[in-house]
Amino acid sequence: MKISFKLNGKPVEVDIEPSLLLSELLRDKLDLTGTHVGCDTSQCGACVIHLDDESVKSCTILAVSVDGRSVTTVEGLASGEGVDGLHPMQRAFHENHGLQCGFCTPGMLMSAIDFAKRHPKPTEQEVRQWLEGNICRCTGYQNIVRSVLAGAAAMHAAS
Amino acid sequence: MRSFAYDRPATMDRAVALLSGGQAMPLAGGMTLLPTMKLRLSAPEALVDLSSVPELKGISSDGKTLTIGAMTRHIDVARAPEVTKAIPGLARLAGRIGDPQVRNRGTLGGSLANNDPAADYPAAALGLGATLITSKREIAADDFFRGMFETALEPGELLTAVRFPIPRAAGYAKFPHPASRFALVGVFVARFADGVRVAVTGAGPGVFRCPPLEARLAEDFVPEAVAGYAADPKTLNSDIHAEAAFRAHLIGVMARRAVAAALQPTAA
Repeated sequence: MKISFKLNGKPVEVDIEPSLLLSELLRDKLDLTGTHVGCDTSQCGACVIHLDDESVKSCTILAVSVDGRSVTTVEGLASGEGVDGLHPMQRAFHENHGLQCGFCTPGMLMSAIDFAKRHPKPTEQEVRQWLEGNICRCTGYQNIVRSVLAGAAAMHAAS
Repeated sequence: MRSFAYDRPATMDRAVALLSGGQAMPLAGGMTLLPTMKLRLSAPEALVDLSSVPELKGISSDGKTLTIGAMTRHIDVARAPEVTKAIPGLARLAGRIGDPQVRNRGTLGGSLANNDPAADYPAAALGLGATLITSKREIAADDFFRGMFETALEPGELLTAVRFPIPRAAGYAKFPHPASRFALVGVFVARFADGVRVAVTGAGPGVFRCPPLEARLAEDFVPEAVAGYAADPKTLNSDIHAEAAFRAHLIGVMARRAVAAALQPTAA
């Protein structure tokens, strides 16, 4: 089945089986391996991407369902502009040591950016509640929460 | 997962026609269906993706009832002004299903048609005495839920919308499983001019009403009215997450919190 959609701002056309998951399309067919697959049961959140600017778990979406829509992965975050070219949320994770092994980080970033867009003045409790769909197997949540708060502040200062 | 045919109709008529044979499975948000297909617990020959059928989405109110399209997502129910104004307890329930990413995909109709014994929405539909509107008829919530993953829906019949009567007050409290966020026990209470309805999810093989609590709360709709109520653990679930006796105890605790929430609709 032929589908076309926007991927990180660029048009993409692929011919795929209906049973292909979005996470499989991204990683196996399009070589965008920044999106990680942890549990593959929609619990861990490592595979979170943006579908039309909302965070969703790409391991639990059929690739054919994104036909005509817009997908952003962690590879689409960095603009390449500014001091280090990173997205403000990526920089916040870097500065606050918001990762240990880094496996959950792509999903954390995508989830955190969706959160920050919806919460102009977030509290720590709101961050912790929002991140219930993202699991860090290193249990590095303290610095992740700190990073999300800093990243949200930077995103809103920049806008 | 096994291969299947896929169709994404743009109209309700086409969707109903594609499903009429009873072989194809409707795909709503996919938050349950896709994981079960990945585990090969389910292997439909064809999927009918309902995401492009505009008639299945949306929320409207006539002052007495609130009607929500089956494909309306949890996130949309949680933040719709029509819902937060008319039935704030329903909006809060929707805002606590699963996690944010599940709420961005999962739908009202998908949850009700699936009837997971620990899902949140069945408690709201039964607790509010909702009417489930299908492609063929209207079904009262009291007749819709038939036990674990079973409903009154016939093969080929599509759930299209749900009509909720607007109560004087309603509230929901759940003890979420710490990993899945499904309800170990969840209790929905709704107070109407002519009585109180109480629905319990997570505790038994399917959502059920609790007449003893309904009688107590009809007399006095306060959290204290639940005090001393002991549910019978004999018909409740016992598993690695909670023994039946614990679930029985939680019914009282969650009922008390649900009534408190119903009386304080603005509290978070």
